[in-house]
Amino acid sequence: MSVRPALAHAIEVRDLTVAYEEKPVLWDLDVDVRSGALTAIIGPNGAGKSTLLKAILGLVPRVAGSVSIFGKPLSEDRGKVGYVPQRSSVDWDFPADALDVVLMGMYGRLGWLRRPGRTEREKALECLEEVGMRELAQRQIGRLSGGQQQRVFLARALAQDARLYMMDEPFAGVDAVTEQAVVETLRKLRDRGKTVVVVHHDLGSAPEYFDEAILLNVRLVASGPIDEVFTPENLHKTYGAGARFLVAP
Amino acid sequence: MSGALAIALVAIVAGASCGLAGVFLVLRRLAMMSDAISHAILPGLVAGYFFARGPNLIAAFLGATAAGVLTVFLVETIVRMRRLKEDAAIGLVFPALFAIGVLLVSRYFANVHLDTDAVLYGEIALAPFDTWNVAGRNLGPQSLWVLAGLGLLNAGFLYLFFKELKLSTFDPGLAEILGFRPGLLHYSFMTIIAMTTVGAFSAVGAILAVALIVIPAVTASFWTTRLPVVIVLSIGIGAFAGLLGYGAATAIDVSISGAIATTLGLLVGGSALFAPRTGFVAQALLRRRQRWAFAATALVIHLAHHRGTDAEVEESRLDHLQAELGWSSDEVNRIVRESEEAGWTIREGDRLVLTETGARAAAGRLVADRA
Repeated sequence: MSVRPALAHAIEVRDLTVAYEEKPVLWDLDVDVRSGALTAIIGPNGAGKSTLLKAILGLVPRVAGSVSIFGKPLSEDRGKVGYVPQRSSVDWDFPADALDVVLMGMYGRLGWLRRPGRTEREKALECLEEVGMRELAQRQIGRLSGGQQQRVFLARALAQDARLYMMDEPFAGVDAVTEQAVVETLRKLRDRGKTVVVVHHDLGSAPEYFDEAILLNVRLVASGPIDEVFTPENLHKTYGAGARFLVAP
Repeated sequence: MSGALAIALVAIVAGASCGLAGVFLVLRRLAMMSDAISHAILPGLVAGYFFARGPNLIAAFLGATAAGVLTVFLVETIVRMRRLKEDAAIGLVFPALFAIGVLLVSRYFANVHLDTDAVLYGEIALAPFDTWNVAGRNLGPQSLWVLAGLGLLNAGFLYLFFKELKLSTFDPGLAEILGFRPGLLHYSFMTIIAMTTVGAFSAVGAILAVALIVIPAVTASFWTTRLPVVIVLSIGIGAFAGLLGYGAATAIDVSISGAIATTLGLLVGGSALFAPRTGFVAQALLRRRQRWAFAATALVIHLAHHRGTDAEVEESRLDHLQAELGWSSDEVNRIVRESEEAGWTIREGDRLVLTETGARAAAGRLVADRA
């Protein structure tokens, strides 16, 4: 194992257990996320990838365990986390255009009662520009393609200007152009010193896109630099015997 | 204030207030919740009567609102336990609460006249007789003041928390992370919905109350995708239905509540049929257009596929197209016309020849699908 200097952790998860009814979805997880890196949460369906993301964000109740983000619980400093939910989890018929959705990224900074003004609108348009969506700013979100919807979410994340980004399957069901836009955005965020955690399901592209990986299957299988944790043994433990078909030769 | 004016005003204000309240309820996919609340308030009314030891407007209002909020709480608890979906939970909760109300009425208030027809259909025509008198001055129908107050309450809440409501409706996860307390917001909003339902219920009856809350918002969303416009339209549609329904009822001498509800039904039905883009007719036309355009694309791809091959002459004959692509001769004519209008093909005798534009369209389509 290579010796690396001690780096600050963006996220520290201790003894985390999450269960629906009596069925454990995450079982006694200890895991750290390195600050300033692109980290993928990887595992088969039902491994608890999304649940881990949501448990870190306090969106699902924990049975046990603790989570700290930059050394503090999330509730003490909410401005530091940006969130990109699964595309299918929101109602795209909602009467809003792309610009409205990006503006939502800045609601946290505005706080209660204050409304977004011209400054916010300009910033939101810049963020849309960054993901190549400025011309579609006034388009109702239901009339965007899946890839365009995903890019609106990315623009919203950029507008949040957080230290840590949590993204749930941003690559799910998008076209090649959007996949490239997502990757570029992730790298841009890393270059700006941000930490990004992404739920990812494609083993083949993971080593190219990410620095670190958390291999998960209800229990933690391995975590750390992706070329160290992506061993045949770990992948076998995560996916079972099917793993060798999942990795491109 | 004349009786006719009083009734018309009550109808208009009820429509406007309920129309406003319904917008976020419909956006949150909780339209049925207003139905549940309107029935579940019966035990609340009884409880209010019980605690106030007699008929008391404020006690009844508080009791009914509490029962409405209890309905929301019970439905959400059942949903959170992951046993049932929201609509099923609603169907479970409100008949139970309504039944408890009926039992309480028949057990303790058997001698009180409680007209079930009046509960369900309301009697807006009685509005002028129930006036609000302060220091000997007649200030007009009580229900008019109640409904106007509720309208202002809804407007104030929406004005103050518009951004927060929008975010917590569209993306409750982000709202939670940013510290906007979507749960607290939800219960505040549902309390106001319960109060609005109770107020409308006492003025116009349960069924019309539900119709006035749900239908204007649904109707408005057929016509626009801009939320502020949805809100303004919804208020306008509610008020308009109140006015038109009242006018129609007096003109042809039928029930006022029935005429208002029918007006609402016609408005939403008409919108569902004829709204641009989202209406049934527009959708059907769009589908037809897309079908022919798609078939024309399939035609040019077929022609491009065989271009420059030995089979080209055979494959591009019109009668061959009919046989091979499985289109009737009418369909072939229609599709060929479509592709000629697009400048994709020209006719040469009994053959179709691909233009350069057509070849590019075919190639472009194949590349686009592969990406």
